[in-house]
Amino acid sequence: MSKNTEFRICPTTGLKVDSAAEKLIKANAVVAIIFLAIGGFFGLLVALTRWPEVHLLPADWFYLALTAHGFDVLLVWIMFFEMAVLYFASAVLLGSRLAGPKWAWVGFGLMLAGAVLTNIVVLQGGSSVMFTSYVPLKAEPGFYLGIILFAVGALIGCFVFFGTLVVAKQERTYEGSIPLVTFGALTAAIIAVFTIASGAIILIPTLLWSVGLVSHIDPLLYKTIWWAMGHSSQQINVAVHVSIWYAIAAITFGAKPLSEKVSRTAFLMYILFLQLASAHHMLVEPGFSSEWKIFNTSYAMYLAVLGSMIHGMTVPGSIEAAQRARGFNKGMFEWLRKAPWGNPAFAGMFMSLVFFGFIGGISGVVMGTEQINMIMHNTLYVPGHFHGTVVAGTTLAFMAITYYLVPLIFRRELMMKKLAQIQPYVFGIGVAGISVFMMGAGTLGVSRRHWDMQFADAILPFDYPSAAFLMMGLNGMFAVLAALGGILFVVVIVSSVFFGRKLAPDEKPSYPEVPPQAAVVSQHGSAEHLRIPGTAMLVAIFFIAFVLYYFVNWKYLSEVWPLS
Amino acid sequence: MAITPPSVRIWWKEPVSKIELSWIIIAFFWGLFMFFMMVYWHGAGEQNLSSEAYQIKPEQYAAKSKAMIDAHTVREENGFPVVRPPPGSDVYLTGRLFNWWPILEFEKDQTYRLHLSSIDVQHGFSLQPVNINLQVHPGYDMVVTIKPDRAGEYGIVCNEFCGAGHHLMVGKLYVVE
Repeated sequence: MSKNTEFRICPTTGLKVDSAAEKLIKANAVVAIIFLAIGGFFGLLVALTRWPEVHLLPADWFYLALTAHGFDVLLVWIMFFEMAVLYFASAVLLGSRLAGPKWAWVGFGLMLAGAVLTNIVVLQGGSSVMFTSYVPLKAEPGFYLGIILFAVGALIGCFVFFGTLVVAKQERTYEGSIPLVTFGALTAAIIAVFTIASGAIILIPTLLWSVGLVSHIDPLLYKTIWWAMGHSSQQINVAVHVSIWYAIAAITFGAKPLSEKVSRTAFLMYILFLQLASAHHMLVEPGFSSEWKIFNTSYAMYLAVLGSMIHGMTVPGSIEAAQRARGFNKGMFEWLRKAPWGNPAFAGMFMSLVFFGFIGGISGVVMGTEQINMIMHNTLYVPGHFHGTVVAGTTLAFMAITYYLVPLIFRRELMMKKLAQIQPYVFGIGVAGISVFMMGAGTLGVSRRHWDMQFADAILPFDYPSAAFLMMGLNGMFAVLAALGGILFVVVIVSSVFFGRKLAPDEKPSYPEVPPQAAVVSQHGSAEHLRIPGTAMLVAIFFIAFVLYYFVNWKYLSEVWPLS
Repeated sequence: MAITPPSVRIWWKEPVSKIELSWIIIAFFWGLFMFFMMVYWHGAGEQNLSSEAYQIKPEQYAAKSKAMIDAHTVREENGFPVVRPPPGSDVYLTGRLFNWWPILEFEKDQTYRLHLSSIDVQHGFSLQPVNINLQVHPGYDMVVTIKPDRAGEYGIVCNEFCGAGHHLMVGKLYVVE
């Protein structure tokens, strides 16, 4: 063991916590939340501008704010938080020292420098090219440079994570296999390496092009490789937030995975198939064959979707099994009714699970269907879908686990408990509304990334149906609600982290309240003992919704002009 | 628990419960169904994009478009030529900062080979309220064989961000009996 390593013993879990890892988790989480606040603010400005009756920003500011919003929340907030999760899932869960904390700080510094640089360049106004920066739209060199620095920093973080797994194995800090949550984080880190490599392949030449050293970048090639980064990075998020679902289920209920084998295989499917998702963005581009589109857009016959559908059962299933072992056996849903809905970590986690599946998941599969994509591509349906996955899914899950990080890692008592209690509901319902109403507007044809749906200054007039304006008004209102939820989160967490009462070294935090855990959760994985009728019902409802919605959209497609 | 190493060391030999296994099988076959649904639609459905596309220099595309406009313009509208190409012919629609050029006039239930390209940055062809959305790239000429089946006046919105005047970029398409 390295001579400089200091550990403390966590009074709640008995885990050995490396103080270097703990400092890095704190720093990454705090910076993540700062960028969530900045990016969320830009998002509110965007939503208020797209609310036709408010139409807040002038056009150039709108495109600037939208570029900043995408970068700050989709990339910076999420990646910083994921670094915190990686260090937590390796060093803390395995009771190991962190490999190369100095490297981890270098990575952190690069990420921070990159994030600040790109933000400054975007705010200067010459780089309102959207987060995707499709060539030949050209941003200032600093825009690309910032993203590259950020990605290099994240890559270093991934290797610190891998190194920590090796250290823990060599120093025998744990027995047997790594925990499921660590396994999920490992899949995320592996996907991250692929993602960052794709980003480097396309963004380094683009940087050279923006300074004039490369004369031409093919727009179709750019898009294909950019999305090998852009969409795969969403798969990092999925792997991480699913891991967080399992972690919160474990911390809150002592829940065991129903079957280690099934859950780990489901994670493995992400690694094997999720990278094909770049094709989701290429379904209405010139020149791709249908065979290529069908194979790639379906992740090779929906095997990665299968992975998510499996987690969708095993996570609530493990909670149900744990609750039933504690005696909540009445009827189908007593286990769910008597769940700790006042615990913001659990409430946020469960809403994240439901919204990710029902809103983000189903819409993603439907939109990623080769032919159906043409009635949705680049409409507001697209941001509607990914606010269901990335915000209602990932961001809500990250917020939820933060309620455990504050007492367990920051060692502070959570302040403003009443606000904390309602926060996941305010944010979750707000975001669900944003997603649903954007999808509604998109189904009616409304364009994404567009300043004026009334086309007031266009030479040729066009009017969207009035229902579309209603959708955008509702979207605006729910965006205000989501913003309120976001503000509550930042206020509660930042106050607690900086001004909350310090917990004594051996003090067990009393909040969020965790129900007394069943001494023995029934032997998982064994067919005789497992009874999860409530989960089976939830999964059946999900499946019926999925099938119905899938066919409704084929019906919509069959009504548009024949084309071939 | 999910945050501790598996309690059974040889976890990969544990049996999987029936209920989990049933869901995995259902979900797997649903995935297969959705996969073959896309294949099926290529035979049975009427809305399938071709993969016909060509690399083309923006000047060459502009020249083809100009030849079509010169041959088939029937009137002007707000400074835009309104072009009525013969059914079955090659029609060239150009996306450019910040308009769709020219205005097209099609006959209902006739087939056209619609070419889409850009002469500057990427644009998004969004035919409304039909809601057909296609990506338009500079340097690529995408050919879509299209058959309008309802008469009316249609808008073509640009739905890929293309610059400061993106929201001004609206085109028009007529379908007449």
